[in-house]
Amino acid sequence: MHTLDHTLDEILALAATHFKVPREKLTPDDDFFKTLGIDSLQALDLLTRLETHFHVELPDYELQGVTDFRTLASRIQARL
Amino acid sequence: MLDLDQYASLGAALRDALDRWPNETCLIESDRNKEKTRLTYSDFKELALPLARSLEDADLKPDDRVAIIMTNQSKWLISAYAILHGGGVLVPLDYKLTAAEHLQLLAHCKARVLIVEYHLWRAITQSPEFKNHKLQTVLVTEAPPSGDLAGAFRWENFRRKGDPTFVPRQREDVACIVYSSGTAGRPKGCVLTHENYLEQCKSLTAWYPFWPGVRYLSILPTNHAIDFMVGFIGPFVCGACVVHLRTLRPEFVRDAFVRYKITYVSLVPMVLKNLERGLKAKFDALPAPKRFLLNRLISVNKAFTRLHPNLRLSRTLLPQVHRAFGGQLLTIIVGGAFMEPSTLQFFYDLGIPVANGYGLTEACTALTVNDLKPFRPDTVGKPLPGVQLRVLNPDADGIGEVAVQSKTVMAQYLDDPELTAETIVDGWLLTGDLGRFDGNGHLQLFGRKKNMIITEGGKNIYPEDIEAIFDSLPVKEFSVFAANYVWPAKNLGGEKLILVLRLEQGQEFTETLKEEINARNRRLPDFKRVSGYLIWDRDFPRTASMKIKRTVLAEEIGKRTDRAAVVEL
Repeated sequence: MHTLDHTLDEILALAATHFKVPREKLTPDDDFFKTLGIDSLQALDLLTRLETHFHVELPDYELQGVTDFRTLASRIQARL
Repeated sequence: MLDLDQYASLGAALRDALDRWPNETCLIESDRNKEKTRLTYSDFKELALPLARSLEDADLKPDDRVAIIMTNQSKWLISAYAILHGGGVLVPLDYKLTAAEHLQLLAHCKARVLIVEYHLWRAITQSPEFKNHKLQTVLVTEAPPSGDLAGAFRWENFRRKGDPTFVPRQREDVACIVYSSGTAGRPKGCVLTHENYLEQCKSLTAWYPFWPGVRYLSILPTNHAIDFMVGFIGPFVCGACVVHLRTLRPEFVRDAFVRYKITYVSLVPMVLKNLERGLKAKFDALPAPKRFLLNRLISVNKAFTRLHPNLRLSRTLLPQVHRAFGGQLLTIIVGGAFMEPSTLQFFYDLGIPVANGYGLTEACTALTVNDLKPFRPDTVGKPLPGVQLRVLNPDADGIGEVAVQSKTVMAQYLDDPELTAETIVDGWLLTGDLGRFDGNGHLQLFGRKKNMIITEGGKNIYPEDIEAIFDSLPVKEFSVFAANYVWPAKNLGGEKLILVLRLEQGQEFTETLKEEINARNRRLPDFKRVSGYLIWDRDFPRTASMKIKRTVLAEEIGKRTDRAAVVEL
């Protein structure tokens, strides 16, 4: 059973790998647009990777207004 | 294509289009890899008329305003046609706005009917402002069987048998009210007539025609002026097909080009740059000999397409690249915001014609488009047929404010005669954009005269619209500006918003204050955020009614500081 902390940890690790940034640079409350230097399409790309990893499907609008890893983790956690 | 000169309204033209090409496919809707809907013009009519009849029975009257808040999908266009059929005025709202913003604009345009997707309706009903809404009828699409509709009807069930009455409209009647900005400040509702749309469609299709068999990939939101025109009206009056995607995930967008053999697509710079990044990553991953060969083929293609595109040759020279775009792509139309010439050049060198354009909602959609004779990455093209442009008060370099006179220029801003009078002067629409014409009649843009930015996603952001988020910030006073407005720059790249702070006497700028600003900033959508702050050491100039004199303040700041004084957040 995944806890929210596990989910969050895995998201941070996946984001670090996907965007080639050191894992230790990412924290749960980071604004991922700013920390990763990405635009909303790249964020959607990340979401696709996360869906594959967690075996869930999220509509695009679930990401609307989400800017930090913690909230993103809670959206994914809700569907696990 | 229909002869649009023969029509007085969008509804009349669309009605004839549905009868003219009954067996042609007009709509395909795909969600990820699954095709959800495929409609012929005849199917479309069968779905739209019972809705029009139901709206009529719900007492929809000519000129009643009906708002649509939906992502790109078939029900958007079906609803729009039903509204226009009944003589209603369509108000397309941006689905990415917040619920409070939606309610504010619904109130501003006095919408009587709302057609909305379920998840958006849920957000609206949970907003504190919801209790004040004046909507009489709400239709909700795709609501789950147990979903709480808060008094709304299910779109799917809102249909009646029997022919609805077609309500004729005149060319000067209002077709749509489209908000170009102003969600928190002064709403700018562009009142666009049937003539505006019919003329815009005529001029755009003169250069970039549609015909039965053409497939247009609709990625930009349909509420956006560009997609409404080239992702609905244009294809429909020509018997062409619109492909909708329910997701904007880059991998599914790429897949759609191939699966549906797309002919045209309109993109904002952000999406084009995303495609460029993806292609470059693929090229970089090629083994050295293949990369060398690719570069040589690109060079050959460049040499042979210098004067005009040669699609047959380009597809032969670079088949894999063109197959990745479906092999049928004629043109990528780019607009909505500033596009870096290098990105346009990248695609053109691959043999993919990219037509950079320029326009504004106030003029319906497009004013200029590149005609590719020859391709020019450094301009926004030439004025479309019927569009007159001139440069007002040019400086020594020939640069001045671009003004337009055309049958596509809006009638007015909704309920704002003062702003209308400032914007349309002696029959010329003042764009607020700075440009000049080169010797070949191409328009080049160099910046803005107005205090605003346009994001790479094509969104207009006015500083006064986002200031509310910083209300009661513990400082003496603050204001938000477009950096290029304070320090005029003769380019349109990297537009940013900055927060100007006047601290209390003796107050220090602390880490706590910075955190507070960051926290407020993060409540805004990413594209609306300020990117830096500037500490200003004088009181803000104010009017007698205590409003900040923004122009005066911007001039003072611009004179006494430079961009380097802005601290990044």
